[in-house]
Amino acid sequence: MSVEGAAGRAAAAGGGGVAKARLLYDPRFRSWAFQIALVVAVVLFFFWIAGNAARNLQQANIASGFGFLDVRAGFVIAETPIHYTDNSTYGRAFLVGLLNTIIVAFLGIVFATVLGFVIGIARLSKNWLVARLATAYVEVMRNIPLLLQLLFWYKAVLAVLPSPRQGLELPLGVFLNNRGLFIPRPVMETGGGMLLGAIGIAALATYLLARWAKARRMRTGHSFPMLRVGLAIMLGLPFVVYVLAGAPITFDVPELQGFNFTGGKQVSPEFTALLLGLSIYTSAFIAEIVRAGILSVSRGQWEAAGALGVRYGRILRLIIIPQAMRVIIPPLTSQYLNLTKNSSLAVAIGYPDLVAVFAGTVLNQTGQAVEVILMTMAVYLTLSLLTSAFMNWFNARYALVER
Amino acid sequence: MAEQHSEVDRFFVREQMVEAMPPPGVRRGAGDWFRRNLFSSVPNGIMTILALLFLAWSIPPLIQWAFIDAVWEGTNREACLGPDVGACWAFVKAKFGQFIYGRYPIGERWRVDLVFLLLAAGLVPMAIPSAPYKALNALFLLVIFPVAAFILLTGGFGLRVVPTEFWGGLLVTLVVAITGIVVSFPLGILLALGRRSKMPAVRLLSIAFIELWRGVPLITVLFMSSVMLPFFLPDGVSFDKLLRALIGVAFFSSAYMAEVVRGGLQAIPKGQYEAAAAMGLGYWPMMYLIILPQALKLVIPGIVNTFIGLFKDTSLVLIIGLFDLLGIVQFNFTDSNWATPQTAATGFAFAALVFWIFCFGMSRYSMFIERRLETGHKH
Repeated sequence: MSVEGAAGRAAAAGGGGVAKARLLYDPRFRSWAFQIALVVAVVLFFFWIAGNAARNLQQANIASGFGFLDVRAGFVIAETPIHYTDNSTYGRAFLVGLLNTIIVAFLGIVFATVLGFVIGIARLSKNWLVARLATAYVEVMRNIPLLLQLLFWYKAVLAVLPSPRQGLELPLGVFLNNRGLFIPRPVMETGGGMLLGAIGIAALATYLLARWAKARRMRTGHSFPMLRVGLAIMLGLPFVVYVLAGAPITFDVPELQGFNFTGGKQVSPEFTALLLGLSIYTSAFIAEIVRAGILSVSRGQWEAAGALGVRYGRILRLIIIPQAMRVIIPPLTSQYLNLTKNSSLAVAIGYPDLVAVFAGTVLNQTGQAVEVILMTMAVYLTLSLLTSAFMNWFNARYALVER
Repeated sequence: MAEQHSEVDRFFVREQMVEAMPPPGVRRGAGDWFRRNLFSSVPNGIMTILALLFLAWSIPPLIQWAFIDAVWEGTNREACLGPDVGACWAFVKAKFGQFIYGRYPIGERWRVDLVFLLLAAGLVPMAIPSAPYKALNALFLLVIFPVAAFILLTGGFGLRVVPTEFWGGLLVTLVVAITGIVVSFPLGILLALGRRSKMPAVRLLSIAFIELWRGVPLITVLFMSSVMLPFFLPDGVSFDKLLRALIGVAFFSSAYMAEVVRGGLQAIPKGQYEAAAAMGLGYWPMMYLIILPQALKLVIPGIVNTFIGLFKDTSLVLIIGLFDLLGIVQFNFTDSNWATPQTAATGFAFAALVFWIFCFGMSRYSMFIERRLETGHKH
């Protein structure tokens, strides 16, 4: 009896042990246990830092919440694309910083793309000298930190330019000196709207004509001198309207008066340095992407097009680039994103971008580090998630459909 | 039938044979090389001439500035003042110690030299593919060297303690870069494996971590670690400024590393996983023995690119008040002993040269490895 009982207990215990062991080695159980432990640990960690933060902020007597956005900022910003005075709120300062970031990022993307494509194609040129020059440009620019380049342009080039009186005079009424770059500013007079309308109509007409010409070429094989006719429409129509409407747009050319220029548009040295640095640095990366994209199109495509008697420029434009774009676009988008994020280096040379205005001045004045940093990060994060969403959509749309 | 030919044919079909081309001319000598590579056509010739004009416009003044008009010797700004003075290399020469060691005590600088030497001793055999004992070498670089460097640089064990405020120059640049590399490599691999894990919680947390760091600029990460991190710690615990920057840089670069490694993992065919599982290997042995060795080999160029980016990004720590190479060079512009119009340009040229040598070296090395691993599958 006792033996049986002992054996039974042993069996039961053994069975329990096996069941336990089985549970321990069950992949599903292990996976769930691990995940629950991980989530609990992460949640506890966040509670811990949130508790610490609440206590520390209380001790440092710093308000929390986003109420500060409606408080008067009381500082001035050097460059304001929208109306802003020192009486405006911190929320308005945030907007100004955001707009400044967007302006410099947009212009930087345009310049970097143009420069990058030119240099990327030049690197593949048959001309030995041109190819070597493009290679040297890429290797120099992408191996020097962007911050160093920005500081170089700002402190070693633009800051040591002569004063306005002795400044450089460039063609088309552009002046360069240590106060920045002065360019003519277009002024709209009565009838200016007509001119803009004419440009719009010309663009629409050119687009429709190009569509028609392409469809006709597909159907019949007839070529149409699209470039010449398009240029004629794009330049001719606005010019005719310009003359007929009596020169409705004039240019306000900067003029030297006393120690500085009046009139025209002043581009600050900070903005110029930032735009130069960002465009040049990113263009080196874009050039490499373009080169890799073009090289990714197989040689047979070049040879086949050449055998059909298509000229070099047309091979590139009609056969190689469309196929290369598939490879180029994803990394190109991420370079655009990098440029946008890199524009935050503005803080080092004093251009009032989002980081300089908001995570710099506003943070120092309010001390609300957590809210300010989180908002700044949220802006960049949103931009970057939107871009990657676009990239995924584009990839899905243009991916090769293989049979 | 001829009438039936569609319009298309008229535009695309040639009716007579093309004239035979002349035999190829002599393809020898410098003249032929010039003709083929520089003046093969009229536009090509124009481009060559424009490029030559550009070189003639840019190179001589640069040489004039950097070498011929440059000042090599001098003890203060007097030497570099004057109307036609080029680069003020005397400034770099006078401040060279600071540029390398920062304000590290002069009597203790041998410790920094020793660290540099140990690093070179570990790195050079690691970089030469045919050098033996790779596993031991990696152990030295990833475990022994960081510990030794930490003790040597900070002090303790009978060495004088040197607080990190006194570190600077190339030393800080290398400390930030190497810490970032050493931490981000394993962390990046873990994150990449996490992102491809079948466990939803692990996958989501990995994706959130990676996208968060990749989505924000390094500046905001550094601001966060220098301004926000102190708030998150309990009372009485505070981190060194350099350490806070290191934490930011390490997380930031591990997110980028994770994406590079994920690329490699995705390139490994499913059969490898299945074969390993069929052999009865568990998850970790499968990853360690089968998948990762193949995946990492594939993405060596990407890993080196991440390292290059990280190395360049170390210069950003100057914005939160650390004196890396660029920071200390900039800081010395304010020295009134050396305030000349050429100081800034010379200092930047020096810093640019140092950064360029490191980055260009790394990129050439990655190209060398890429060629070595190439299997010849190219169209």
